Amino acid sequence: MKQVLEGSHAVAEAVRLARTQVISAYPITPQTHIVERLSEYCADSTLAARFLRVESEHSALAALIGAATCGVRTFTATSSQGLALMHELLHWASAARLPIVMANVNRAMAPGWNIWADQTDSLAQRDTGWIQLYCEHSQEVLDTTIQAFRLAEWLNLPVMVNLDAFFLSHTYEPVDLPKQNVVDRFLPPYQPRFQLDTEYPCAFNQLAPPNIYMEMRHNIQTAMDEGLAFFDQVEDEFEDIFGRRYGSLEAVHCKDAEVILITSGTVTSTSRQVLTKLRKKGEKVGLLKIKLFRPFPLKAIRELTASAKKVAVVDRNFSFGASGIFAQEIRAALCNHPGHPLVYGYVAGLGGRDVTTAVVEEIYRLTKGNDMPQQESIWVGLHEVDHAIGQS
Amino acid sequence: MQLDNLEREYMCPGHVGCPGCGAAIAMRFVLKALGEKTIMIIPACCWSIIAGPYPQSTLKIPVLHTAFETGGAVASGVRAAEDIKGDSETTVVTWAGDGGTFDIGFQALSGAVERNENFIYFCYDNEAYMNTGVQRSSSTPYGAWTTTTPGQQWKRLRKKNIVEALVAHRIAYAATASIAFPEDLIRKVTKAKSITGARFIHIFSSCPTGWGMPSEMSIKIARMAVQTNIFPLYEVEEGIRYTINFTPKGYLVNEYFRLQGRFKHLNEKDLAHIQEMVDEDWNLLLRKAGSRPEIS
Repeated sequence: MKQVLEGSHAVAEAVRLARTQVISAYPITPQTHIVERLSEYCADSTLAARFLRVESEHSALAALIGAATCGVRTFTATSSQGLALMHELLHWASAARLPIVMANVNRAMAPGWNIWADQTDSLAQRDTGWIQLYCEHSQEVLDTTIQAFRLAEWLNLPVMVNLDAFFLSHTYEPVDLPKQNVVDRFLPPYQPRFQLDTEYPCAFNQLAPPNIYMEMRHNIQTAMDEGLAFFDQVEDEFEDIFGRRYGSLEAVHCKDAEVILITSGTVTSTSRQVLTKLRKKGEKVGLLKIKLFRPFPLKAIRELTASAKKVAVVDRNFSFGASGIFAQEIRAALCNHPGHPLVYGYVAGLGGRDVTTAVVEEIYRLTKGNDMPQQESIWVGLHEVDHAIGQS
Repeated sequence: MQLDNLEREYMCPGHVGCPGCGAAIAMRFVLKALGEKTIMIIPACCWSIIAGPYPQSTLKIPVLHTAFETGGAVASGVRAAEDIKGDSETTVVTWAGDGGTFDIGFQALSGAVERNENFIYFCYDNEAYMNTGVQRSSSTPYGAWTTTTPGQQWKRLRKKNIVEALVAHRIAYAATASIAFPEDLIRKVTKAKSITGARFIHIFSSCPTGWGMPSEMSIKIARMAVQTNIFPLYEVEEGIRYTINFTPKGYLVNEYFRLQGRFKHLNEKDLAHIQEMVDEDWNLLLRKAGSRPEIS
């Protein structure tokens, strides 16, 4: 049944439908609507879960590390500073092989204080061993959150579902809200491979000397590798039941494209409009949406961009001293493949600045009009800057 | 005291603690009182090492090793999960050192106690960061040498009173205990186990390595800490009802300090000042207990 849902509430509905057992969270704008709705569901017994109202994001994830080690289904939500505070335990959750699911509302890091959309928060957690997914609209948010539990529990890895602040978290859209019995078919109760058990006492996460540590890390990578194929399998099963699929990547008009725009999150929706307009004008332009960032679908990206002359990567994030983070990843994915397209990096929309159709068209124009990338990242739409700041 | 309790062992030989380790003695006694239906959370501390490396464990109960500052929060999550699973029988406990309790883990502990989470938090207190090589903590007492309070910069600040901080949370049960008074320790653990809500037991656990004394002195020094009022044995119910469990015989602090290398730089004047502080703290405790100490 279609309902008009806020993006945040799409997350909450998915967590309810997943029959999550322990939720732990600390409030941060713009994540609050997720945890408020879940609090209501726990309070009125719509959801039979324990909700821990902890005193920090660090404790929110710590509590779930405890709960997940007991073999129950767990969820938390956070954003920006809260995700950064969790950093230590992000590593812990993945290395302890716990299938924790988290919604992260992509918000800019301070200072200055900024509560608006920016992906630097989650991309800065790239190396923590979490599966990372980026969503474009509320239906995708709901579906992806349900899928996240399947992914997490099969691979024994934590999953982070990312949605842009406000553009997605606080925007209302029609969403097909599935029935509980249908979701139950897709997502059966969690069957843990290990758990704290007084009948079978084991020690978890203990001292791991050099003779075993590397193997433990290699196991995580093995699970990530498996995750690429398993993601497709989860989507197949999801499509059979719900009739929807998204793909780890979505390629639009890429086959004959000379320039491919590469996007993630809500910038993708805006770019779809631009694509339609430019195609009508006869421009050979394509669009590649990246949904799955970890594990990174390297091989598919190489194949889908193989026939293009240029790719233009739009990053709503930045790695200082280098470039936009998706652009870095794309360069690394392509560099060993002779004849690969040139990679043009663009930074746009940091701290919630609008990435309008005009911005995306400008990116296309700059890419088409330059035979070579002029620099690693072009910052699009920069205002006049006081250059005295930061100069020695 | 039920003696059959004492005969059961949940800690195997072969742990990797230092000779005379008070924290190992404390663990052995506490597990005797807790029994096998126990899940233990161990944040970073000496016991992260003492319990043994993968794939061995010296404890016969399930153990979850966790990050340094997470003792209160991880236990909250374990309790929540066990509740959801319908297991109300298992006792969930955190076993942390003084660094993980007084310092880096204090926020998570305070949060868990404020939420009145149903678990027992044990702090085995060896009065410094011993696992990393004797660095000062907020539990390090006035007068102590540590590797970060060396020479003339020995610690000139009081030890944080962790029990009083938690009593201010109106914690369901808080108690001090000592490895030198095992019957009192086991009685308190048994009592804590019978109470619902947040509970805290602060165990004085000598550290021969860090305190600069022979390993055979561990119990003697722990006993002297109680006899001199440096570490009084008492318990507090519901944050209000104080009971003093041991009334000292008026021993002065000097002998306790002279037996430990960490205090060897202190002069008579320093010791007199310390005696004043100990007396002041004891009198404050007596007032809270209504000046009616219970003699055990």
